Amino acid sequence: MTIQDSFKTALNGLKTNKSRSALTILGIVIGITAIILMMSIGQGAENLILDEIGGLGAETVVVRPGREPSGPSDFGETLFADSLKERDVEALSRKSNVPHLVRIMPALIVPGAVSYEGETYRPTILGASVDFFSDTFDAYVEKGVAYNDADIKQNASVAVIGSKVAEELFGFSDAVGENINIKGRKFRVVGVFQERGQVAFFNIDDLVLVPYTTAQLYLLGIDYYHEIITKVDDPANVARTVRDIELTLREVHNITNPDDDDFFVVTQEGIVKQVQTIIGALTIFLSSVVAIALVVGGIGVMNIMLVSVTERTREIGLRKAIGATDKDIISQFLFEAVTLTALGGIIGIILGATFSMIASIVLTRVYDLNWAFTFPVSAAALGLGVSALVGLVFGIYPARQAAKKSPIEALRYE
Amino acid sequence: MEDDVMIEVKNLEKTYYNEDVETPALRGVSFNIKKGEFVAIMGPSGSGKSTLLHVLGFLDRHTKGIYKLDGKSMDDYTKDEIARLRNEKMGFIFQQFNLLPRTTVLDNVMLPLLYSNVSKFDRKKIVLEAIESVGLSHRIYHESSQLSGGEKQRVAIARALVNNPEIIFADEPTGNLDSKSGQAIMEIIEDLNEKKGHTIILITHETYTAEYSQRIIRFLDGVIESDEKVNRRHRAHDGFRK
Repeated sequence: MTIQDSFKTALNGLKTNKSRSALTILGIVIGITAIILMMSIGQGAENLILDEIGGLGAETVVVRPGREPSGPSDFGETLFADSLKERDVEALSRKSNVPHLVRIMPALIVPGAVSYEGETYRPTILGASVDFFSDTFDAYVEKGVAYNDADIKQNASVAVIGSKVAEELFGFSDAVGENINIKGRKFRVVGVFQERGQVAFFNIDDLVLVPYTTAQLYLLGIDYYHEIITKVDDPANVARTVRDIELTLREVHNITNPDDDDFFVVTQEGIVKQVQTIIGALTIFLSSVVAIALVVGGIGVMNIMLVSVTERTREIGLRKAIGATDKDIISQFLFEAVTLTALGGIIGIILGATFSMIASIVLTRVYDLNWAFTFPVSAAALGLGVSALVGLVFGIYPARQAAKKSPIEALRYE
Repeated sequence: MEDDVMIEVKNLEKTYYNEDVETPALRGVSFNIKKGEFVAIMGPSGSGKSTLLHVLGFLDRHTKGIYKLDGKSMDDYTKDEIARLRNEKMGFIFQQFNLLPRTTVLDNVMLPLLYSNVSKFDRKKIVLEAIESVGLSHRIYHESSQLSGGEKQRVAIARALVNNPEIIFADEPTGNLDSKSGQAIMEIIEDLNEKKGHTIILITHETYTAEYSQRIIRFLDGVIESDEKVNRRHRAHDGFRK
């Protein structure tokens, strides 16, 4: 029997039992749909996160207090949370210490809300410098002015707000010159950022910036910083600058053993690697779950094939009586199994792609994320291969059972 | 041994073993069948006639004795050779028809050709000829379930014929048919022997049907009771009588 004939015979066998065939492949369809959906959404998420990290700029280097967290249960960061202070900024600013550093800004995160005449809104409130934001994240003040270094030195109660914050609090009226209230203290709005959206980890439109000195003194009552953000003159000098920062801070903090560091340095490259590691681990975890689903689906296929072999005992007997060899029978049933599961794979790929496209549309429209739909070609190929393999593996046993039947036993079967 | 002996059976025994219970079905049977002969095998149910047919048709294996086909012992045939013999040298007609359900007449008759070396381009022609020879040309695209019993058996005969086998085994071919359809089927079988020279081994329990043959072997309890020539054979042109 030629391969073409085996294939045609298998197709006819499946066609005569349409609803059973459809139910048989359900498990495979769901498994492959899950694979495609997972891979596609995982890819989209990775792209989205990497895109945001990309906004950070390759030249940006962030120094954080505490120990670098090495796992999800690591609370090292809180241990030395107060390790970064003004003296560190001074030391890092010195050209002799860190020659390639061009800009430096301490930053603090202020939890809380802002209010204006009864309107209350919860933006992200940062103690920072406006110039650094303009320079590093391309976010410029559109209306009014930015507060300057003098304001920072004098702990001035001034603020620059994002366009969305302005709209929430002031509607269409001008925000510049008005006083807003943060944690019981009055701040004069001196400027409003241009509409800029998400840049790196900040939504510029949803930001309230106040001088970091003011945030330290009046809003938080602390003498340390949450992080120090710096900018290097050239991406090529990032690695060297990281080393210079580490050496400088160790000297300031009297640390001899790097294991005792009470700070850590974060670069774009480092975050990208971390994110890729996390997404990679997640993908492996989810893949193993899906693999189990596929095995279960395969067992389902095997079950139905075994039932089908028993039901078609007469047919098998007849085929043997008119000249089918064991090999002919095996290939007929194997073809049936593989055709079934491959069909399930194709349906799964189509469904998975459709669902992830819907997900990307929802995420873009409803959640306003910059989410791009990607069709995972490699995952589709993998899905098709895996589903065919499942058919082959779980089809062999029923096919052999079929071939083993003696023709006479088969003809007598009622 | 005569030159034209096709089937040679000597002291053939067949015992079924079922959980330590031995059931002898054939207990030492000997006979020869020549090429082109039309033999009927008769006997009450349980006499071993079906078992014999299954052994002769290579569908089952005997336990003791010798069965030679074309001078070669059955034990000397490999599995694939046996499949090939069933495909090319033998044709089977069953009491239960054994057609594939939900499959057209055309595809049912074509089935043996799928397992043979007949090229794809010749298949349809051969199949249509076989269907025409049993007078079912008007039913080619009907599914087997839409046919009457007599028509189903004609399809089965066409399927048995399609590879032009030397021997045709017919196991109670008229057993499930009304007498008129049975008559028609027997006429076709007679023609196959008379005009086309096929060797025919027919199992039946009706004397009338058996008398279409040249020779009747009667079985009782696994042994041959009698083996006689038919003196006055029924011929197709005799018309129906029962």
